[in-house]
Amino acid sequence: MKKSIILGTSAIVAVAGIAYADGHMASDMTLVSWGGAYQASQQNAYVAPYIANNEGVTAVWDESSSEAVAKLRAMNEAGNVTWDVVDVVAADAIRLCDEGLALEIDHDEMLADGDDGSSASDDFGDLIVSDCFIPQIVYSTTFGYRDDLVGDTPPTSVCDVYDLEAYPGMRSLERNPIANLEWALICDGVDIADVYDVLETEEGQDRAFAKMDTIKDNVIWWSAGADTPQLLADGEIVMGSTYNGRLFSLIEEQDQPVSMLWDWQMFDLDGWIIPAGLSPEREARALDFVRFATDTQRLADQAKYISYGPARQSSAPLVSTHETLGIEMAPHMPTDPANSVNTFLFNYEWWADYRDDLDAKFQAWLAQ
Amino acid sequence: MTDATGPIVAADGRPLKASLSRALRREKLRAFLLILPLLAFVVISFIAPIFDMLFRSVQDDITSRTLPQTVVALNDWDYTGDARPSEQTYEALYFDMFMAAEAKKHTALGSRLNYETTGISSLFRQTGRGLDDVGEDVIEAMEDASAALDDSAFWAGLFLTDDRSAGDKAASARAWASTVSDQALSLPADVYLANAAEAALPNAARQYAAFAMFTHTVDEDVPAEEDPWEAVWIALAQDLTAGELAYDGPEAAELRAVQAAVAGPMADFTFTDAFLAQDDDWGEASVWGTIQTFSSPYTAGYFLTAIDLELTPDGAQAVEDDVAIYITLFWRTLWMSMTITFSCILLGYPIAWLMANLPDRSANLIMILVLLPFWTSLLVRTSAWKVLLQQQGVINDTLVWIGLVGDGSRLALINNATGTIIAMTHILLPFMILPLYSVMKGIPPSYLRAAKSLGATNWTAFWRVYFPQSVPGIGAGSILVFILSIGYYITPEIVGGTKGVFISNRIAYHISSSLNWGLAAALGTILLVVVLALYWAYDRIVGIDNVKLGG
Amino acid sequence: MGLPPYATTGQRIWYYSFRVICGLILFFLIAPIITIIPLSFNAQDFFTFTPEMLRLDPAGYSLKHYRAFFGTEGSPGTGLIVGALLGLAVFAALYFWRGSRNVLPIIVGAALGLVIGKMWGIEGTEWMTPLKNSLKIAPVATLISVSLGTLAAIGLSQAHVPFRRAIMAILISPMIVPLIISAAGMYFFYSRIGLQGTYWGVVLSHAALGVPFVIITVTATLVGFDKSLTRAAANLGANPVTTFFRVQMPLILPGVISGGLFAFITSFDEVVVVLFVGSVGQQTLPWQMFTGLREQISPTILAAATVLISISVVLLVTLELLRRRSERLRGMTPG
Repeated sequence: MKKSIILGTSAIVAVAGIAYADGHMASDMTLVSWGGAYQASQQNAYVAPYIANNEGVTAVWDESSSEAVAKLRAMNEAGNVTWDVVDVVAADAIRLCDEGLALEIDHDEMLADGDDGSSASDDFGDLIVSDCFIPQIVYSTTFGYRDDLVGDTPPTSVCDVYDLEAYPGMRSLERNPIANLEWALICDGVDIADVYDVLETEEGQDRAFAKMDTIKDNVIWWSAGADTPQLLADGEIVMGSTYNGRLFSLIEEQDQPVSMLWDWQMFDLDGWIIPAGLSPEREARALDFVRFATDTQRLADQAKYISYGPARQSSAPLVSTHETLGIEMAPHMPTDPANSVNTFLFNYEWWADYRDDLDAKFQAWLAQ
Repeated sequence: MTDATGPIVAADGRPLKASLSRALRREKLRAFLLILPLLAFVVISFIAPIFDMLFRSVQDDITSRTLPQTVVALNDWDYTGDARPSEQTYEALYFDMFMAAEAKKHTALGSRLNYETTGISSLFRQTGRGLDDVGEDVIEAMEDASAALDDSAFWAGLFLTDDRSAGDKAASARAWASTVSDQALSLPADVYLANAAEAALPNAARQYAAFAMFTHTVDEDVPAEEDPWEAVWIALAQDLTAGELAYDGPEAAELRAVQAAVAGPMADFTFTDAFLAQDDDWGEASVWGTIQTFSSPYTAGYFLTAIDLELTPDGAQAVEDDVAIYITLFWRTLWMSMTITFSCILLGYPIAWLMANLPDRSANLIMILVLLPFWTSLLVRTSAWKVLLQQQGVINDTLVWIGLVGDGSRLALINNATGTIIAMTHILLPFMILPLYSVMKGIPPSYLRAAKSLGATNWTAFWRVYFPQSVPGIGAGSILVFILSIGYYITPEIVGGTKGVFISNRIAYHISSSLNWGLAAALGTILLVVVLALYWAYDRIVGIDNVKLGG
Repeated sequence: MGLPPYATTGQRIWYYSFRVICGLILFFLIAPIITIIPLSFNAQDFFTFTPEMLRLDPAGYSLKHYRAFFGTEGSPGTGLIVGALLGLAVFAALYFWRGSRNVLPIIVGAALGLVIGKMWGIEGTEWMTPLKNSLKIAPVATLISVSLGTLAAIGLSQAHVPFRRAIMAILISPMIVPLIISAAGMYFFYSRIGLQGTYWGVVLSHAALGVPFVIITVTATLVGFDKSLTRAAANLGANPVTTFFRVQMPLILPGVISGGLFAFITSFDEVVVVLFVGSVGQQTLPWQMFTGLREQISPTILAAATVLISISVVLLVTLELLRRRSERLRGMTPG
């Protein structure tokens, strides 16, 4: 009995102690991102220098970008928005902006001018796909393949993914219709300019699914960015799609026998939004941070840590070498001319309409 | 004891019966008071959320809230006819949409209706962007006719007053604007909507009131300093072309000038044409049919979708085969849970038997081996199975090394139903072993010995004597495992690939990715009903008090 | 159940093959755990047995994932010393007051000091912050479910409780309702009432999930509870509170403790509900593992798991030893 009282009391004291240890929080900023190497690159290129310049500001990361829209909706419903700056893909930014969950940005006024003197809206150009979106990087979804499993003739075309004879074995594709349907049609002989017109029709959709049927039994479907690199490292798959930065890290940093296949990479954008409904102080702090974190130099700095292309045109000449490996980063950028012979950009408008429908079809197709 | 003594009394002189029943009441009360805090806690923190979810699966008031006037105007429209909705419907749509677009509510409705009819999402988004251009000619003519209209003070002078006796708080406009914008709007404290303007220019007054309230409450600006929305201009043009202007305020002269100028452009203007110019789809019966079908505040639509039906303007219909998925998933969830339960019985029974028949000391060692995985993080166990089961994984490597399978024909043990079954059997096995063990512990070994001494073979003794007595344990364990596995989410997500995922994974997908919360709630409700039916059966067969965990 | 000397060959074969089968099943039970431990010493950043590891080459092994797990923050040394000194003070007080020679306070104090020192003042570290959050959430949730649950179980064990079955069904339901449904419901409802993303939101949800375990285990102990003991205590003049703490509590304590352990582990290992109900301030260890598995696979998760497994082993073995000791003290001869 006495022993349990001692134990109980100590437990309560311990909890109180730990709870107290948490009590003194400075002016916290909650940044939301994707975790992993990408978040680390943001920490190194943006957050660390920002905190060094601003005494008393601390940053907390929340790795919830994949659920950003759902969580912001819930926070908004609860009237308690705990996030300050959120890293989202462009499609989510458009959605958040549409629903009034993100702050509208006056890009020229709220963001820094480019180093070359151009205004922010000129510098970012077409990448400002929504009034709320503050572009940060251009990344791509593309393929990587195991050098030791492809024989003497490494794949050169995205359609080699569909060639089971030349490259037997498993592939990995994202568990998601986006990009997969486009690739299927391209490899079925559809011109890129017509892909979306074809996909709008019932026959076109059937055609894409029929093409994917040819490799269906040889596909592992991934849902998390870490899956394909792990599968490649394990030798589970011959080739697989993932984000180009993940492949860079796998090839150059982890030294795995893997190579890039840039053919028909799908460009997408990632950037910041600031949630609507922050208190004026928090909003000012978030804007201050974003202004700093998206200036020309900072965006170029991020490329020292990860192979994603900076969203500002003025940053491109400043991209230098990798922080620890010392290799030139420019040739690893998805936007490098040598890599971007065949590319297409994620069609936000089109997918906003067809996503629900095609997703249902895609999931049903997977389950068959 | 004779009747003459009357009722038996307790020591304090009360009748014993009353005294006893009072004691019983007090005891009941005390028991109830002990239970009450927890009951209240569970009801608030757990039962209420579940009911909230049930509510969400039928609640669907977004259409009727975002487009209230349109929904009313659409009541008379008949989907089966070829006719487009009336001009009044398009007019109502214009003002509803304009308000909704200002409050950024129209795209949420677009996303909602896009679940039902592909293309509505962008239709709403683009229309929302193009609303400012509706009736451009009319507005230009008005501007040309009177420069005063470009002055925001002119509008405020016309419609607003600070004289309480000459104005009111515009209750009807307020109710409408607050519903559409989903915010509690109101006019500034000492500002009223002028009665004179309201009587002479009813449409414009209503729109201006909505504009003023929104500017004041949401934008936190002074209405008199802001230019009114295009919708106010159009409403004014409507009022001015409706007939004689019965207004004699200071602005009357300007208004009459405008009245003369807009007659021409207004003759050419209809809301129908304006919307069709925005997008042909506004002439499509399917779009209007969808709006009409989902205009009631409650819907069975989510439940129909959850069983592969869809709510169309013609009633419930089966969806096309290439999008039907939920029935498949429900069946898969059921049969895989059954397979998992059966595997657990198969693997759990020998272990429980061994533990029940070994001396305590050894039994407790085995118990530690059983409890250790139970105490290890679910995520870790699942990822360990990933390492073990994959094609280049430990199990396949071992099999190849032994020579059981060729290097080229490694077994596919993961990213399919097999992976899910193996990993989940492992994870749920302790839930089978623990109840089995506690039942077997209570079966006296002497029964088995007696049967054998009476001449039964080992098998007969086991099958006819021991096994029937262990059936309650199997029942308890099975239902527990089945109920737990039917709702599993994490493990199938990680090792299940596409053929090994459950309905729960789809629910999670609809909550966090597709954001179709209504459908997630409907799927969850169906799953919940299945589980509760099993729970009820469990309570009937085993009794919920008889669940035992360990020992 | 030894094998009798007169067993036939068939019985012998059956006996041994049964043992082998049981051995295999037990191996199946712990196979994932024994896979994790060596992999956590992987020198690479993947969940793969590298050729170097299989050759037992020391270069294939490394402690880097443990370093990543524990980090360099906090001051465990200071905590250890402070905790031990406080424990010493308690020990001294007890010694002079009651002559107790129990050194438990020093050990407990030092251990707790170590943990608190490690956790003190750290913020935003990758693994220690989630661990700290877990340690802040699980005990409070357990406390709520154990205290309310024990009272309710006692109430339920009385003879005349109206709607007993229905009440029991409601109280057990958090265990029965699939987690994803609970998570979804709580996510929606807690959003409405402003608890989503708050510390108390997570604590309340975890407490609700732990309630059934407490109810089940405590009710089970109360089934064998002799009611005449409380009546005797009341007869001898003890008030209900005294009766509860001095008579009833010690007897049902094993049930309360095991229910509490289940409730604790439920909260400590729970990932689905916290993913939905929590926000970054409540990121628990399982949550960190989940994002770790999804976004950036790293064997640090396995290092974390190995640490947790070691703790479970120590706990389970301690419980078993304590049980044996108490049985010996009670004069029962185990086995």
